Amino acid sequence: MSALLELRDLTIRFPTALGESVPVSRVSLRIERGETLALVGESGSGKSLTGLALLGLVPPPGKLDAASQILLDGSDVTRLSGEALRALRGGRIGIVFQDALTSLTPVLTVGDQLREAITAHRKLSARGAREAALALLGEVGLPDPASSYGAYPHELSGGQRQRALIAIALAGQPDLLIADEATTALDVTVQAQVLETLDRLRASRGMAILLITHDLGLVAGRADRVAVMYAGQIVEEASTASLFEAPGHPYTRALFRAIPRLESAVDQLTPIPGGVPLPEEWHAGCRFQPRCSEALDKCATLDPPVVPLAPGASSRCWLPAKGDQ
Amino acid sequence: MSQPLLEVTDLVKRYEAGGPLRRRHPVYALNGVSFAIARGETLGLVGESGSGKSTLGRIVVRLVPASGGSVRFEGQEVFGLEGAPLRALRRRMQMVFQDPYSSLNPRLRAGTAVAEGLEIHRLLPRGEVAGRVAQLFEEVGLDASYVSRYPHELSGGQRQRVGIARALAVDPGFLVCDEPVSALDVSVQAQVLNLLKGLQQRRQLSFLFIAHDLAVVRQLAHRVGVMYFGRIVELASAEVIIQRPRHPYTRALLSAVPQPDPRRQRSRIVLSGEPPKPTAPPPGCPFFSRCFHPSKDSRCTAELPLLRPVGESQVACHYAERSTNSAP
Repeated sequence: MSALLELRDLTIRFPTALGESVPVSRVSLRIERGETLALVGESGSGKSLTGLALLGLVPPPGKLDAASQILLDGSDVTRLSGEALRALRGGRIGIVFQDALTSLTPVLTVGDQLREAITAHRKLSARGAREAALALLGEVGLPDPASSYGAYPHELSGGQRQRALIAIALAGQPDLLIADEATTALDVTVQAQVLETLDRLRASRGMAILLITHDLGLVAGRADRVAVMYAGQIVEEASTASLFEAPGHPYTRALFRAIPRLESAVDQLTPIPGGVPLPEEWHAGCRFQPRCSEALDKCATLDPPVVPLAPGASSRCWLPAKGDQ
Repeated sequence: MSQPLLEVTDLVKRYEAGGPLRRRHPVYALNGVSFAIARGETLGLVGESGSGKSTLGRIVVRLVPASGGSVRFEGQEVFGLEGAPLRALRRRMQMVFQDPYSSLNPRLRAGTAVAEGLEIHRLLPRGEVAGRVAQLFEEVGLDASYVSRYPHELSGGQRQRVGIARALAVDPGFLVCDEPVSALDVSVQAQVLNLLKGLQQRRQLSFLFIAHDLAVVRQLAHRVGVMYFGRIVELASAEVIIQRPRHPYTRALLSAVPQPDPRRQRSRIVLSGEPPKPTAPPPGCPFFSRCFHPSKDSRCTAELPLLRPVGESQVACHYAERSTNSAP
């Protein structure tokens, strides 16, 4: 059976004054029905752009490469337009962004905005749409759906607004929900509440989630699989358990050493030297090589291969996999 | 114990509500906050947005006026200082801001920004400023060639280093760091945390280190204060806060910190309910609406719990002695 969603060689190019920038290069991913895939990366890694591409929302003048394929249930959605594209956006695939205050319009009530999303995808009477909206507000865990329905965004707390956004993203009954840093702006205890709700919705609706985040810590115990992006490429893909157990790529390993831990007040964290390179600074060879403590001579000049580590797990690196050594 | 470097007593920050007739209640950003910081010590403050932690930092360095209470620095009352004594105070305490993008003047070269403090306080003859700036750049791990760069030509981590050099220029004894790494990428965060830690040891600095991330605070703080709704609800050594938290909010906060360790996830406490609105503060415990403590009862809604010693900690919970172990 085909995956719910499959990305094949997704490449996004932007023409710039200095030539061309390729912030996402040949990204391939599979998302199965009902699973949570985390796409983890730092700023500028291309993770958000990848998410936007799934909905045909790459901002102009950015363009997908002709060879890029985005297969939803086996059929390519990269060339959809008009009605078919509208049915995809918010229909088969919903998205929740980071900042609920700018994602919602301040001049309409939550109920109005939610009803608009519902009637865009479903033929319902005014009363039917209202009932569906109230049901959704309850489903996403808003304590008092009726009062939230009539509230303006500024009258809700940050966590409540984010729940309202999730309700809107669910209005078209999507098979895939993209959560793009959807909980980043929230306080950690509220973040935990909202993530719990997302997972409950995934299970009850059989929906898949693409969890886009900069925070590797957030992924533990919440995603089935993880793909780590660095400088426009996927550098490692693995089940969450094995990624945390034995990270395969030097970048992933370095990230783990750089994350502050609660338990161990280690005297010094081990930072990754330098900073995340900009697309114009990417060179031939491995893009992490300038910061890599394990780099070999050839890493600076030759593109590393994608080496399978286990079924569904791979690392883009010249180093032999642990265990082969 | 000798006299603390900084002593904050019963600090209050009240914002009068606007609107016609001022009929709405004032909002308390801080409501009776007290703590002390010893020389060479780092006190970490954690709390959610709106808990008052940034307001507190700004009041301490006299960027924002307080509505009540006192801040004593090296034994001297900070409120009410004007003119030369205030300028002298500002040489002794400095601030590192969260956002290195907006806290540096985009039209000043990095070296000029760092030199400003030296010039304002006339600390050095003009001819020696450039040499001192170069030293400061080296101390924060920036190549001397960066002095002529503009902020937009620097990465986030480099900008934060400039912000730190700028604070150090006047040779302060005390730094308020307000979320100094939360705008930075994970791979760069550790660089700046290590830098701050090294500076503290070399220069014998004291820090008030404010952050929302307990794991970050943990890296530098000797003691940690947990803020909720304008009050400190728990204050203890970093070790005790992490290992034996007593306030239910501290426990929830600890369990919610995203940590890359799947084993931690089993004991996750997920709160329900919403925090109270600042415009309608409850009469009792502000955490009541989200509290999962099995002993919580009508006393919590009627009577505000005050910070009091319990074991190795200070805790503002009526039932801090009782276990919260039947948590959901």
